[in-house]
Amino acid sequence: MDMRPRSHPTYLAFVVHRVSGLLLALFLPLHFWALGTAISGEARLDGFLRWAENPLAKAAETILVILLAAHLAGGLRVLALEFLGWRSRQKDMVAASAGIALLVGLVFLLNVV
Amino acid sequence: MSATRQPASTKGVNRSHRTRARAQTHLWVVQRVTAMLLALAVVVHLVMIVTAVRGGLSAAEILSRTRGNEAWLAFYVTFALAAGLHGAIGLRNIASEAIGLRGRGADLAWLTAGLLTAGFGIRAAIGLYA
Amino acid sequence: MAEAASLTVSVWRGAEQGSFARFEVPARANQTVLDVVTYIQRELDPSLAYRFACRVGMCGSCAMTVNGRARWTCRTHVRKVVDADGALELRPLANLPVIRDLAADLAPFFDKWSRARGTFQPKDAPDGAVPEDFAVVPPASKQRREADAGIECIGCAVCYASCDVVAWNDEYLGPAALNRAWTLVNDVRDGGRAERLDAVAGDAGCHSCHSTQSCTERCPKNLDPSSAIAGLKRALFWDTLLGRR
Ligand code: SF4
Ligand code: SF4
Ligand code: FES
Repeated sequence: MDMRPRSHPTYLAFVVHRVSGLLLALFLPLHFWALGTAISGEARLDGFLRWAENPLAKAAETILVILLAAHLAGGLRVLALEFLGWRSRQKDMVAASAGIALLVGLVFLLNVV
Repeated sequence: MSATRQPASTKGVNRSHRTRARAQTHLWVVQRVTAMLLALAVVVHLVMIVTAVRGGLSAAEILSRTRGNEAWLAFYVTFALAAGLHGAIGLRNIASEAIGLRGRGADLAWLTAGLLTAGFGIRAAIGLYA
Repeated sequence: MAEAASLTVSVWRGAEQGSFARFEVPARANQTVLDVVTYIQRELDPSLAYRFACRVGMCGSCAMTVNGRARWTCRTHVRKVVDADGALELRPLANLPVIRDLAADLAPFFDKWSRARGTFQPKDAPDGAVPEDFAVVPPASKQRREADAGIECIGCAVCYASCDVVAWNDEYLGPAALNRAWTLVNDVRDGGRAERLDAVAGDAGCHSCHSTQSCTERCPKNLDPSSAIAGLKRALFWDTLLGRR
C-alpha cells in the first residue's frame, strides 16, 4: 500500500483503532467462554486464577490491556469529533494522551500491585 | 468504480434506499451508544479485576462478594450485551469494507453473532451471581 | 531543492491500463506543477491529455496525483513537492475512472453530489419562483457559520481521491458531496432537510466515514469535510433517538 497519502497522524489513529478493535472483537467470545466455564465453581475458578498467574497468561493480559487502552483512546477521539464537534487536532492530542495516561496507569497497576 | 450516471431526481429518495439507510443508521447508533457505555464499563471492570485478583483475593472471597449481588449482575449483563453488540457491528463494518460482505442477510448474521457472544458473557455473569 | 537544472518527470500515459513516460523539464523559479505539465504538452509531447481552466485555484479542474498525493496543480509549487533528486511523479486522480493520461472522469464524483441532494431547495418558493422578500440570515448565527465553513468548495475532488472509504465502497458519497449536504442542512432558507438527511444516512453516506481526516488534511481550500460529516452524524443521531425521522 502506498503510504504517501496516508502518513498523517489521524490516519494512523484510524489504523490503530481498527486493528485493536478487530483483535478485541475476535478475542471477546473466547474471553467470555473461558470465564463462563471457569466461574462454574469455586474450585475451577481457583484453578483458573492460578493458571492466570503463569507468565504467558500475564503477557497476554498485558497485551489485552494495551489493546483496550488504545481502542478506548481512539474511541474517545471519534466520539469527541462526532458528538462534541471538536475540530482542531489539538483536541485529538488530548484524547490520545488521556488514553496513553490510562494505559500507563493500568500497566503500572497490573505489574506492581 | 461504476461510471453509470444517475440523473438527479427531484422526487423523494426512493423508499428501499430509505429503509436500508435507516436500518444502517440504527446499527451505527447502537455502535455509538454501546461505545459510550463501554468506555465507562471497561474502566470499572479493569479496576475491579486489578483490585480483586492482584489484591490476592481467593475464588471464595470473590464469589462471596458477587453472589446474590444484583448490582454486579446488572452491571455485567449490560456490559456483556454492549460488548457483544459493539464488537459484532465493528466486525460487520470491517467485513463490508475489506471483503465486500454486505446486505441484510449479513447484517442479521452479525447481529446473531453479537447476541450469541453476549450470551456467553451473561452466562459468566450469572456464574458470579448464582 | 529546485537547484537542479532540470526535473525528471514521470507522467502516466494511457487509461486504466498504461505506464509512465519520462520527460526532462527545465527547472525554473516559482514553477507550478501545472506549468511543468503545460511545458511537456507544448514542447515535448502534444498528445498529452490533461485538464485545467482558471490557473488561479478557482475552477477545481486541474487536480492530479503528485508524488502520491492528490493536489491542485495550478497552486502547487514544484519546489514544495519535488524529491531531493528533482523527481516528480504525476498520475490522474485516484478513485475515479481515467479518461486518458492525466485526465480523470469526474462524472461519478458529481453524480454523487446530486445523490446527496446537493442542490438548494428554496423553502419559500418550492417551484423555483423568486421569493417575495429577501431572507434575513444573520452572518454571526451558529447555523450560518457552520454553512460558511464549508461553502468555499471548488469541486476539485482532491478529498474524494484521498478518501479510502471511497475506494472500499463504490456507493460511498464521499467527503465533498457530504460537506455540501451539511452546508445546505444549515441553510435556513432551504426546505429539503428531511429528504437530504435521508439521502446522506447509512453505509453509502456519513455513517461510513471513519474520521481519518484525509479529506481535511488534503483539501486545498482548507475546508474540513470530516467535521461536516460529523455534523451530519450528529443531526441524524438526535433525529433518530428523538423519533424525528
Ligand atoms: S474523514 Fe471520512 S470522508 Fe474524510 S477521508 Fe476520512 S473517511 Fe473519507
Ligand atoms: S472539499 Fe476541498 S478538496 Fe474536496 S472538492 Fe471541495 S475544495 Fe476540493
Ligand atoms: S486550474 Fe482552476 S483550480 Fe487549478
